[in-house]
Amino acid sequence: MNELVFFINKGILAGAIIGSIYALGAIGVTLIFGILRFAHFAHGDMMTLGAFIAYVLAAALAAAGFAGPLPIAMMVLPIVMILTAGISIGIDRTFYQPLRRSGAKGIVLVMASIGVTLMLQGLIRLFAGPSSRELYFNEPKDIFRIEVPGANQMITVTEPQLALFIVTLISVIALHYFLSRSRLGKAMRAVSDNPSLAQVTGISIETVVRATWIIGGGLAALAGTMLALDVSLKPDLSFNILLPIFAATIVGGIGQPYGAIAGGFVVGYAETLAVFNWSVLLRPIARWTDNAFEVPASLAIVPTDYKLMVPFVLLILILIYRPTGIFKGRVL
Amino acid sequence: MTDNRRDLLLFAGLGVLFAIIFYTQGTAYSLRVTVEALCYAMIAFGLSLQWGTAGLFNVGIMGFIAAGAFASLFVTFPVNQAFWDSEGPAMLGDVLVKVAIGAAAVFAASRSGKIGLPKPLVTFLTLVTLAVAYLVVSASLDPTARYIEREAGFVGGLGLPVYFGWAAAGIVAGAIAWVVGKICLGLRSDYLAIATLGIAQIIKTFLKNADWLTRGTQTVSPLPWPVPGAAEVGFTAARASYLVLTAVMLVIVYMLLQRVYHAPWGRMMRAIRDNEDAASAMGKDVTKRRLEIFVFGCVLMGIGGATLIHFNTIFDPNGFVDLNHTFLIWVMVILGGPGNNRGAIFGALLVYVIWTMSEPVTLVIFDYIRTIGRDMFGWQAPADLNSRALAMRVFVIGLTITMVLRFAPKGVIPERLSRKA
Amino acid sequence: MSLLEIRNLHAGYGQMTILKGIDMTLEAGEIGVIVGPNGAGKSTTLKAIFGMLNITEGSIHFDGHDITGISPEKLAAHKIAMVPQEHNVFATLTVHENLEMGAYTRRDDYSRVMDEVYEIFPPLKDKRRQAAGELSGGQRQMVAFGRALMIEPKLILLDEPTAGLSPMYMSEIFDRVIAINKLGVTVAMVEQNAKQALAIAHKGFVLANGQNSYTDTGRALLDNPEVAKSFLGG
Repeated sequence: MNELVFFINKGILAGAIIGSIYALGAIGVTLIFGILRFAHFAHGDMMTLGAFIAYVLAAALAAAGFAGPLPIAMMVLPIVMILTAGISIGIDRTFYQPLRRSGAKGIVLVMASIGVTLMLQGLIRLFAGPSSRELYFNEPKDIFRIEVPGANQMITVTEPQLALFIVTLISVIALHYFLSRSRLGKAMRAVSDNPSLAQVTGISIETVVRATWIIGGGLAALAGTMLALDVSLKPDLSFNILLPIFAATIVGGIGQPYGAIAGGFVVGYAETLAVFNWSVLLRPIARWTDNAFEVPASLAIVPTDYKLMVPFVLLILILIYRPTGIFKGRVL
Repeated sequence: MTDNRRDLLLFAGLGVLFAIIFYTQGTAYSLRVTVEALCYAMIAFGLSLQWGTAGLFNVGIMGFIAAGAFASLFVTFPVNQAFWDSEGPAMLGDVLVKVAIGAAAVFAASRSGKIGLPKPLVTFLTLVTLAVAYLVVSASLDPTARYIEREAGFVGGLGLPVYFGWAAAGIVAGAIAWVVGKICLGLRSDYLAIATLGIAQIIKTFLKNADWLTRGTQTVSPLPWPVPGAAEVGFTAARASYLVLTAVMLVIVYMLLQRVYHAPWGRMMRAIRDNEDAASAMGKDVTKRRLEIFVFGCVLMGIGGATLIHFNTIFDPNGFVDLNHTFLIWVMVILGGPGNNRGAIFGALLVYVIWTMSEPVTLVIFDYIRTIGRDMFGWQAPADLNSRALAMRVFVIGLTITMVLRFAPKGVIPERLSRKA
Repeated sequence: MSLLEIRNLHAGYGQMTILKGIDMTLEAGEIGVIVGPNGAGKSTTLKAIFGMLNITEGSIHFDGHDITGISPEKLAAHKIAMVPQEHNVFATLTVHENLEMGAYTRRDDYSRVMDEVYEIFPPLKDKRRQAAGELSGGQRQMVAFGRALMIEPKLILLDEPTAGLSPMYMSEIFDRVIAINKLGVTVAMVEQNAKQALAIAHKGFVLANGQNSYTDTGRALLDNPEVAKSFLGG
């Protein structure tokens, strides 16, 4: 039974946690890909930026003696999301819009987003330094334990993890209603589907672009902050988080927000289960069969150091076998 | 004619810049910077070919440099007798046989459609074979790696002459490029960007963790030189002869590229780049041409990486970073003028010099900021200000990229389309 | 004053000039048909009206306003709608959502117009919850027309509405065009099937090499032996 609890903690829950983070990131990337038609390489650093803003705000409030029922970094989340969304729009205006207007090819925008990511990286490291930081200030990190009958270990979920599940769920539901019910949400889908017809129809592309950055930037800030709350704020996440998010986007199908959510969890679970030590689950089976076979000490499919290979291999396989992704996205 | 004169002027300015550096920084140091800049120019040729000529977006240059560097290390480093005397070669041979069998099985499975199997089944078979092959290989590689690390440290090299190593560097980088290109080049360039970014991170991770093969973070040194070293002919003479060697290689590659550029093949590539619709109408042929370009460009990157790493005589997987080995090269190429080989050289030399000089300059500037901040505002600078200061260079690289794209998309020495054609 | 007045229009893509002096006037309530050989600039003329081209010379006036070179998304406000030749529906949106997008620029209650559209195109009503991309070619064309009607346009521009449809559908499409015109909508239409199109046209414009060759009533053009010889295949 203990082994099963271990599997729930290190496999199922861990996969759901990282899957949620990837999903939140991938929604933004897929919307930007669908509407602005380029792979947004600055998304990873946008997440870090959001977390960094949360850190600064929370640190300032903590220093002012502010306290509340939740960790401060969680309570400032709405402000963080708004600020990050605003910065995203600013970045778009300064760096991407002029290129779009001059009729540059999509790939030039990809290059520009790499320039932006380097700028963000530089600024974040200049102000935050290279070391990682805690987003918990005065308050303890609550841990919830669920007892399992017949096991002396417990299923454990920390406060930020629980919060992550809740905000992910809320975001997904809100996004669903926004895209399927609201005028602007439908317009976003229309632009993603057929930009020239959308223009002919009188849909203002710039409004849609702005909405895209608000959602993408806001969710990136959310994902970055939640990740930093769960682990810690690392300024050098960048490409290491970007690759699985791109993989999630493409696995889900480009331009498909629901696909991005599914893709996020697929990639998150693939990664978690690939580095999971399966001997833990084999040991009880070996005991029942009177040790008919020997269980190696560690039986992970992929060594932890090579974790990044998992999203990459997924990405390559999907490009070979189903470039449209599971939700039949666009092939650009 | 005026174009040529302009180029000449720009290069003359560059010459003056180098003269100043030689004069102020001393010959030995300046020789080092120049050799490194030439190695970067070789790599920049590769990117200029890919991006400038064919519009291929490679953000994994670091991976191809690292792969080339490792290949050269393996071929040229002295033989590790302890490894060859142990069980290691036999065990490794066993692993390689399994790799070969696995690869053959996967290939066979992927071609099983030829005997009439339905497509989903072929996919399923291929994936299962791939998974099984992976598990078998990794299960036998693990103990082998541990054994080699315990008994012999690492595999060592083959002890062959350096030129063989450089050739191997090109071959290995090209082979990896072939696989990546085969998968991604039929699709839009964004996919290639993502895939190359990924492959670069993975190559680095592998080189860093495969201690049995590369000694990982313990680094390997000294790498042999193709020319007499400092111990034999003295510091300056040794570096100068390395400089001559790289310069000669660069000139040969330049002439080769110029010929290619003006050949019908080069014209066709530019046509493809400038008109994607026409390109897709031409279909498969285009993908094949693109693959050739991509592989050739990566070969140059591999060779450039090997020359760079041999010059510094140390192989350190952690020394390969995206900033220095991917984005710096992008700045060189887009600033110099993509699609123009003179632009690539010019960009590489200029940017590399600025880059090297920027480190001390940044530190000095931040030292001032620290002093002024302390004296005037009582500001206590963070202890890691120096490493933070260097982050400014990352910012500047990013800013340069975005600004060049917006205000000078054709670079300093723009591509010249010959009207003759 | 005419509803649509095009004077000496020169336009093209980038450096390339395709239209070299087009004149065209349409009165309110008319059907105008633009015909001519391939490459004459028929679709280009529509796109120029719709602000999708580079206009170098000449002017376009609509209902007393100068709309030369206006950006496409602003034309809905002038009550001009366009149905492009290809990709003229949002394939991943439902039929209903396509119509809603047609009314994107409207802030008032448009449910009455929506009901009217479903009345003109009954098959759409049953398929309103289906993605437009799943419909047949003819039904997709209805969605495209319906979407354009949502702003209650004064002028509707149709770019080869029968292209790619079977002959059976063709006359149905022309019937729909007449029906739309009966609602009081002025129609400017580019057509390959010149004879049928001119038969329903109040006014016809024969273009060649980016210029007007003949302008007359539809009937007169059909009866003109020269036009028949050179453009209508005898």
